[in-house]
Amino acid sequence: MSNHTSLYTVSDNVRRRNAVEKRFRFYGLTAIAIGIVALIVLLSSVLSNGSGAFQQTYVTLSVHLPADKLDKQGNRDPEEMKSVSTFGYSPLIRDAVVARADELGWVMPEGMKPKDMGALISKEAAAQLRNFVLANPEVVGTTIEIEMLANGRVDGYMKGRVDREFALLDSNIDVEQLDLVDLLIEGGNLEKRFNWAFLTSPDASGQRPEAAGLGVAILGSAYMMLVVLFLALPIGVAASIYLEEFAPTNKWTDLIEVNISNLAAVPSIVFGILGLAIFINFAGLPQSAPIVGGLVLTLMTLPTIIIATRASLKSVPPSIRDAALGVGASKMQAVFHHVLPLAAPGILTGTIIGLAQALGETAPLLLIGMVAFVKEYPSMPPEGFFDPASALPVQVFNWTQRADAGFVERASGAIIVLLVFLIIMNAVAVLLRRRFERRW
Amino acid sequence: MNDMRIAERATSVTESKISAKGVQVYYGDTHAIKDVDVEIDDKTVTAFIGPSGCGKSTFLRTLNRMNDTIDICRVQGDILLDGENIYDPKVDPVQLRAKVGMVFQKPNPFPKSIYDNVAYGPRIHGLAKNKADLDDIVEKSLRRGAIWDEVKDRLDAPGTGLSGGQQQRLCIARAVATEPEVLLMDEPCSALDPIATAQVEELIDDLRTKFSVVIVTHSMQQAARVSQKTAFFHLGNLVEFGETGQIFTNPIDPRTEAYITGRIG
Repeated sequence: MSNHTSLYTVSDNVRRRNAVEKRFRFYGLTAIAIGIVALIVLLSSVLSNGSGAFQQTYVTLSVHLPADKLDKQGNRDPEEMKSVSTFGYSPLIRDAVVARADELGWVMPEGMKPKDMGALISKEAAAQLRNFVLANPEVVGTTIEIEMLANGRVDGYMKGRVDREFALLDSNIDVEQLDLVDLLIEGGNLEKRFNWAFLTSPDASGQRPEAAGLGVAILGSAYMMLVVLFLALPIGVAASIYLEEFAPTNKWTDLIEVNISNLAAVPSIVFGILGLAIFINFAGLPQSAPIVGGLVLTLMTLPTIIIATRASLKSVPPSIRDAALGVGASKMQAVFHHVLPLAAPGILTGTIIGLAQALGETAPLLLIGMVAFVKEYPSMPPEGFFDPASALPVQVFNWTQRADAGFVERASGAIIVLLVFLIIMNAVAVLLRRRFERRW
Repeated sequence: MNDMRIAERATSVTESKISAKGVQVYYGDTHAIKDVDVEIDDKTVTAFIGPSGCGKSTFLRTLNRMNDTIDICRVQGDILLDGENIYDPKVDPVQLRAKVGMVFQKPNPFPKSIYDNVAYGPRIHGLAKNKADLDDIVEKSLRRGAIWDEVKDRLDAPGTGLSGGQQQRLCIARAVATEPEVLLMDEPCSALDPIATAQVEELIDDLRTKFSVVIVTHSMQQAARVSQKTAFFHLGNLVEFGETGQIFTNPIDPRTEAYITGRIG
């Protein structure tokens, strides 16, 4: 008997190894499948809840603007017409609804009052109408066609969120009002359109989800990202270059290195407390201001940028440094002329990922007062950095806490906006890396 | 071994360019170079040979203070370039490295254009007054690097796109562009094929007319082919130093003989 075995028969040992490999591949595939399913569920839930926020129902009505009520002095001076508050305008809108309903042959059911008919229009509409009149005082005394926001419940009815069964249980809307809505739809007064106001207008109070928008939050987030970019990028890159290229290796630099890694893992809310204590209580910076948010997020982003930058500096082959030093470049010239350009794609990617992380950060911003209700747009930078503002993730947090179902839709819509910004930032990171990546 | 060629290349110049006396190099606690004395002549090719880890590359890198970039490395002893101690505190390594150029084991062109690769040194040392001047320096250096004819039509192409042998000649052109007086080469052909090696060796022989060349090599044939002086290193000691012909044909130390006949290494 010789030890010779045929290649055609698979030995037990090999069979066992193949089985192990097969199982491992199966585990990997399962893990990926679970991840994909989770992602699909998340995206579809966010999209189905939030896509409604990008549509808004508008009501177009002919509103009569009586001169004796809106301009008692009769001189069409906007300054004096300001004395008429929104309470002076809401009856006009109510009357416009009643008039249109009469035109369409509406028979007033038992127990319904004109007030209930006016309630189909958003409470925000009176303010819209007033602003329009103050901007165009010459329209007083005429009848104008104006487009107004529909009430949140009416908007929900148009989007299928509210139906008659729901209306029976809801004190804010009843079945008769929905019948009137149907009539107005027939009459061509109701229309659903893309909701630009969601991206541009400021937040609105708890009773009027239909008017709430992300304008202030987007501006606030953008200002904070500017602060983070202009502080974290130079500080982070300078620190990394020093640590990686110039600093001697001793126990101090080791200690710094350990601390940087630890800082990257510190819970973000701790940075919020730090920001509250230092920037607001000690330095006296204003609350809810993008500058404070930006500073806190800078502290949070720095370790990410430093770690990414050091990794990309490390990945530049030492032969490039040797080459530069060999022709008589100083250490600084070697770094700035040769190493840094090669590390740039990695640095940029790290920075953008750090920014994206900062953009989605909520907890520290809650502590420095960015959760406040802000209706005024911050002004242009640099003054705008000190004005109160909101931020995208905080706005999501804020809206999910409000009672009205319309805000659930708004919150999901805000999440979609946030995700779109994150996708754009990550795509830019990928593009930059592709564009500047060089081989050596 | 081609004795004919060795004899043919015996040098007549004996003017000393670099003189090292009692050089010790430590990496932390490791004593890497032990008390080495070497005289490197001008307009001569000096080869350092020896088994891996014997310290020949370390010693080469002390000659332009490239070891300064390694934190734990300490150098003692005197290395005089034209009578001036290059480890004197007054000496700036940047100025030294412009005088003592270096070519590395692996071709390492900058990931920039061929032109910029060569022009970089002259630019940072301010050797060119204007663009035309710089163009001249680049052309002259590429000609000295024996690569001008191959790249003159594509100076804007990236240096990293050349073949390995061309890259190494580009690196040599880059090193000579700063008009150094000494050219250090750390196994310049170890990553090249035989044809590229032959081209680089021929180039080294040409460079001898202008510079003092020090080459570290693993290939004893290469040392015999290109050098006039040879130093044999073993375990951090300079075992034997002399005329290349004498080292290869009539070594004095038994360790040298053992190495060149292939018994240690």
